[in-house]
Amino acid sequence: MVLSLIVFLPMVYALFVAGLPEKAVKKATLGLSIIHFLFSLSLLQFFNPDTANLQMVERLTWMPELGVTYFLGIDGISFWLVLLTTFLTPIVIAGSWSSIVKQEKAFHISMLVLESAMIGSFLAFDSILFYIFFELSLIPMYFIVGIWGGENRIYATLKFFIYTMAGSLLMLAGIIYLIFQCDTQLGQISASVLDFYKLDLPFVSGRLLNPQNVLFFIFCLAFAIKVPMFPFHTWLPDAHVQAPTGGSMILAGVMLKMGTYGFLRFVLPVFPESVAEYTPLFMALGLVGIIYGALVAMVQVDMKKLVAYSSVSHMGYVILGLFAMNMMGLQGSLFQMLAHGISTGALFLLVGVIYERTHSREIAAYGALAKAIPIYAISFLIITFSSIAVPMTNGFVGEFLILFGTFQASPYVGSVAVLGVILGAAYMLWMVKKVFFGEEGAIVKKYPDMPDMNWRELATLAPLVIMVFWMGLFPGTFLRVSEKSLENLVKNKHNYNISVELKEDDSRSLGVNSEL
Amino acid sequence: MFYVLLFAPLLGFLINGFRFRSTNAKLAGTIASGAILLSFISALFYFGQLIKMPAEARSLSFILFDWIQVGDFSAQMGFTLDPLSMVMTLIITGVGFLIHLFSVGYMDHDERPAKYFAYLNFFVFNMLLLVLGNNLLVMFVGWEGVGLCSYLLIGFWFSDPEKAAAGMKAFITNRIGDAGFLLGIFTIFLTFGTVTFTEIASSVPAEPLTGWTSPITLACLFLFIGAMGKSAQIPLYVWLPDAMAGPTPVSALIHAATMVTAGVYMIIRMNVLFLAAPNAMMIVAIVGALTALMAATIGLAQNDIKKVLAYSTVSQLGYMFLAVGVGAFGAGLAHLMTHAFFKALMFLGSGSVIHAMHEEQDMRKMGGLKKYMPITHATFVCGWLAIIGFPFFSGFFSKDEILWMSFHSPRGHWLLWVVGVIAAMFTAFYMTRLMAMTFWGKSRVPESIHPHESPVTMTIPLIVLGFLSVFAGWLCVPHGLGSVLPGHPHNFLDQWIHPLMGKLEMGHGSLGMEFGLMGVSLVLVFASAFMAYRFYVVDPSLPQKAQARVKGLYDLVANKYWVDEGYFKFIINPLVRLSRHLWADVDVKLIDRATYSISDLFKNAGGGLRMVQSGNMQVYALYILIGVVVSLFFLMAR
Amino acid sequence: MLSNLFSIGIGHYLFVSGALFVMGMLGVLLRKNILVILMSIELMLNAVNVAFVTFAYYLNDVNGAVIVLFVIAIAATEAAVGLALVVLLYKNFKEVNIRFFEHLKG
Repeated sequence: MVLSLIVFLPMVYALFVAGLPEKAVKKATLGLSIIHFLFSLSLLQFFNPDTANLQMVERLTWMPELGVTYFLGIDGISFWLVLLTTFLTPIVIAGSWSSIVKQEKAFHISMLVLESAMIGSFLAFDSILFYIFFELSLIPMYFIVGIWGGENRIYATLKFFIYTMAGSLLMLAGIIYLIFQCDTQLGQISASVLDFYKLDLPFVSGRLLNPQNVLFFIFCLAFAIKVPMFPFHTWLPDAHVQAPTGGSMILAGVMLKMGTYGFLRFVLPVFPESVAEYTPLFMALGLVGIIYGALVAMVQVDMKKLVAYSSVSHMGYVILGLFAMNMMGLQGSLFQMLAHGISTGALFLLVGVIYERTHSREIAAYGALAKAIPIYAISFLIITFSSIAVPMTNGFVGEFLILFGTFQASPYVGSVAVLGVILGAAYMLWMVKKVFFGEEGAIVKKYPDMPDMNWRELATLAPLVIMVFWMGLFPGTFLRVSEKSLENLVKNKHNYNISVELKEDDSRSLGVNSEL
Repeated sequence: MFYVLLFAPLLGFLINGFRFRSTNAKLAGTIASGAILLSFISALFYFGQLIKMPAEARSLSFILFDWIQVGDFSAQMGFTLDPLSMVMTLIITGVGFLIHLFSVGYMDHDERPAKYFAYLNFFVFNMLLLVLGNNLLVMFVGWEGVGLCSYLLIGFWFSDPEKAAAGMKAFITNRIGDAGFLLGIFTIFLTFGTVTFTEIASSVPAEPLTGWTSPITLACLFLFIGAMGKSAQIPLYVWLPDAMAGPTPVSALIHAATMVTAGVYMIIRMNVLFLAAPNAMMIVAIVGALTALMAATIGLAQNDIKKVLAYSTVSQLGYMFLAVGVGAFGAGLAHLMTHAFFKALMFLGSGSVIHAMHEEQDMRKMGGLKKYMPITHATFVCGWLAIIGFPFFSGFFSKDEILWMSFHSPRGHWLLWVVGVIAAMFTAFYMTRLMAMTFWGKSRVPESIHPHESPVTMTIPLIVLGFLSVFAGWLCVPHGLGSVLPGHPHNFLDQWIHPLMGKLEMGHGSLGMEFGLMGVSLVLVFASAFMAYRFYVVDPSLPQKAQARVKGLYDLVANKYWVDEGYFKFIINPLVRLSRHLWADVDVKLIDRATYSISDLFKNAGGGLRMVQSGNMQVYALYILIGVVVSLFFLMAR
Repeated sequence: MLSNLFSIGIGHYLFVSGALFVMGMLGVLLRKNILVILMSIELMLNAVNVAFVTFAYYLNDVNGAVIVLFVIAIAATEAAVGLALVVLLYKNFKEVNIRFFEHLKG
C-alpha cells in the first residue's frame, strides 16, 4: 500500500490543489510536496538493503488477457531515484516561487502530476504500467515548457515531445512483442518485467538483424533519446533553454534519469547477449558524449545552454558506467545519476536566480558578479566544484567510480574518458571566470544595486548544498542500498532474475492472484 | 589530539569563511594563525611521540570512517603519521604558521582579509589531508583540494581578468595531472587490489621490472603525470609562473614551500613502487633534470622579481625530481625541506619588497634597497647563499647530495650530473642578478615611492626562516661530507625516513670522486655568481652588450621558449575551433538537420497526399468511380 | 421483319439504362452548376430504375419493382433536401457553381 501511496498521493494532491483559490496554490503545493517527501522517507524504514529482492510488492490483475497487472515494487536500483524525485520536487516548487507568474495553479498541478508519473515509472514492474508512467510524464512536461517557457517555447516543447515520443512508441511495440514471447516461452502471457528477465530471446552473434538485437536497439533508442545520448541529444539544449527554471531543474534532475534507469532495468538484464555484443558501440557513444558535450559546452554563450551540454557530458559518464557492467561502473552510474540530479538541479536553480534579476543569460554580458553578489557567487562556486567533481563533493564519487569501472572494463576507453575530467573543469571554470570574475560587464553595470540571494533562495539551495557534501563525504549511505541489487545484475548477467519478497497477509489483502 | 592537528585549520576556515565580509585583518589573521599554530603544536607533540618509538615501528594510524566501498574496492578516510608524513606535517604547519603571520601584515589593507585567511587555512587543511592520508584516494582528495585552494588564491584579486585567468590556468593544468593521477590509482588497484600505501609497498615484487608496459611502470608513469601537473614539471610547468598573480604569501606557501612539492612527496611515498620500475624512474630523472635546466635558463632573463623566483622554484623542483628519479629519496626530501625554507624566505622577502615598493614587481625599478630594508636584505642574503649552494648553508648540503647521487647512484648517469651542474651555474647567475638588481647597486626607484622596512609581524617570519635556511642543512649532511666534517654529523633525515624506503644498493663510492665533483660544481657556481655580480653591480652596461651579441638566444629565453604561445597555437585554439565546428556543424547542421529531414519526410508525404484532397466534389466523385471500377475489375477477375 | 424490328430484348433495356447512367455520371463529374449536378444524379437514379424494372420483368421477380418504388421515394426526398441546400448556398454565397465550394481543400 505504501508504494501506491507514494506514487498516487501527488495526483491526489493535484486534485486538491485544483480546488484551491489561486493565491493559496503555491504555498499549498510546497507544503504538500514537503509532506510527501517526508512520507517517502518512510521507505528508509521499510526497505531492507541487505537483499536484492523486490520488496513491498503490490500486484493486482488488470488486463488478464494481455497479462498486464498493476505491479509496483522497489529494489536497490529504484530506491534512491524515488527519493531523489520526492526530494527535488519541493525544491523545484520553491525555486519557481517568483518566476512563475501566470496560471500558477496549472503549473503546480502539472508539477504534482509529473512527480506522480516519474515516481511511478521508477516503481512500476509491469512493462505496460511502466510505459504508461513513462509517457504520462511527457504530458505535464510538455505544458511546463510550452506554457511557462521562454520565447521559443512552442518549438522547444514540440521538439522535446516528438523526439521522446518517437522513441518510446517503438518501445511499446517491443514491449508487446515481449509480452507475446512470454506466452510462447513461458506458457503464460505476462507483461511483468520479472517475466521478461526469464525470456531467452533468439540471438545470433554477428548478425545485426535478429530478434534480440532488434528489440535491443528499439529499447535503446527509446532510452537513449531520454538520457540523452549522443547523437540524440539535440532536443535537450533547446528544451532547457526554453523551459522555466523549475522545468529545467526537474528535467535535468529526474527526467533524464528515467532514460538511464530504463537501461538499467530493461536493456542490460533483458538483452544480455546483445549488450555484450554492442558494448563497444555504446561505450564509444558514451565516450563521444562526454568529450563532445564538454567541447560544445566550452563555446556556448548562454549559461543554460552550457549547463545543458554539461548534462550531455555527465550523462555520457553514466552510460559509460552502465556498459562497463561491473560493480564500480554500475554503482558509479547510479550514484552519478543522483549526484547529477542534485548538482545540475542546483545549477539550473542558480541560473534561474540570476535570470530573475537581470533577464539575461548571456555569459559575456556578466563579469565581476562575485563583487556585486558574493553569497550567490560562493553558492555557484560550490555547485561548480560539485559539477566538476572535486573530491568531497558528490560529483567526485560518481565520476571516480565510473572511470574506475570503465578502466577496469577497458583501459583504453577509461584512459580517454579521463580527458572529460579536464574538459569539464575547463568549461565550468571558463563560465565562472567570465561571469563572476574580471571586469564588470554590461549587465552588472546596468543593475548596480542587484540584491544578493534572499532567504527563500538560500533556503531552497541549502538542502542541495547539504546533499552535495553528504553524498561526497558519506557515499556509503547511498552505495549500500544499491549494492545487492547491482551485485545481482553483475553476477547473473545471463540469468538475471529478481525474486519477490511477498508477505502472506499482504497478498490476500491486495487480492494478488497470480503465482509470482 | 590528532584531530586537532588535522581539523584546526578546517575550523579556522569555517570561522573565517562565515565572516568573509569582515575587513578586520588582525582578527581574521589571529584566528587563522592560531589555528595553524595549534596544528603545529600538535604536530610537535606527535613528533615527540614518534621519536620515542623504535625506528621500525614509527607509525600511528587514525581511521575516521569508511569512505567509498564498492565491491572489492574500499577506501577509508584514514591517516598515518609516520616519519615521512611527520616531516611534511612539520614543514607545512611550521612554515605555514610563519606565512600566516607574515600575511597579517601583508594583507592589512586588503578588502577581504577574512576570505583570504579562510582560503589559506583551507589550503593547509587540504595539504594535511594530502600528506597524512594512508591511501591514494585520501591523498587524491588533498591533491585536488590544494589545487582548488590554489585556484581560489591565485584568483584572489579576481577583478583583474589576468589574475582570474591565471587561477583557471593553474586549475586546468593541474587537472591534466590529476587525470594522470586517477589513471595511476586505477592501475595500482587493478594490479595490487588495494590503494593503501603500506599494502601496496608490501605487495610490490622485489625484482625490478624492466619492461615499458608492465603495470607497475605504467602506474608510476601515470602517477608521475600527476606530479608533473602539481609540481610544475615539463611540460605542465606553465601554470606556476602565472600563479604569481596571487598574493605573495600565497606564492610562498603554496607555490614554493608546500603544494608544488606534493609531487615529490608522492613519489617518495610510493618509492617502493618506483624502485620496481626503473624505466619510470629514468623518465622522472630526465624530466627533472631538463626542467631544472630549462627553468633556470628562463629565470636568467626575467625582470619581474616574482617570476624569477617562480622559475627558480620550477628549477629547484626539477632537482628534487632528479633526486627521486635516481633513487635518492632522502636527498629529494632534504632538498624539499631546505627549499621550503629558503624559497619561502625569498618569496616572503620579495613580498616585503613589493609591499615596500607599493605593489611594484619590476626589478628594473628597484636597486639599492639594501639601505632602506636592512632586515629583509639580510635574510634575503641567507636565502640567496642557501639556494646557490654556498658551502655549509642549507642548500649546499641538499643540492650537493642530489648532484652526487645523480652521478653515483646505480639509477643515475653522468649526463644527469652535467645537466644538474649547468643548472646550478645558471641558478647562481640569476639569483645573484636578482640580488643585484633589487638590493645592491644604484637605486632606480621612482621618485614617488619611498621604500621602508616592513612591520615586525612580517620581519619575524623572515628572521626565523633565515635562521632555518642557514642551519637546516645540518639535518641532512651527505655521508661523504659528514665523514670529514668535525663531529661527523649524520644524515639525520635519511635515517629518519629510512624504515619507509625500498631497497636500492648504493654503496658509498669513492670520497675522492665525491669531493672532486663537488669542487668542480662549486668553482662553476662561484664563477657564475661572480660574473652576475660584475654584470649587474660593477658594470651595469654589460648586460645590454651581452644581450645584443646573442640576441636570438636571449629572445628565445626571455620569451620562455614560446611554450605558452605554442600551447595556445597548437592545442587550445584548435580545440576551441573544433568545438565551434562541432556545435555549429555537427549539432546544428548535421544532427538537427538529420532529424528534421525525418520530420520533413512525413511532412512532405502529407504534403503530397494533400494534393488529392482538392476540395472539388467532382474529383471526389471521380475517385469513387475509379474505386468502383477497380473493385469491380478485381471481383470479375477472380 | 417487323416483329424482329419491334422485338426489343433485355439488351436494349440495359443499353438504355447504361447510356442514361453514363450520361448522368458525366453530368455529375463535369457540369459546374449544382442544380444540373443534382438533375444528373436524378438521371443516374432513373437509369438504375430502368435496370431494376427490366430485371424484375425478365426474372419475374416483383422485388425489383418494389425497390424501384423505394428509389423513387428516396430520390424525391433527396431532390428536396438537395434543392433546399442549393437554395441556402445561393442565399449565402450568391453562387451555385460547384468550383466555388472548395473549402474542404486539404
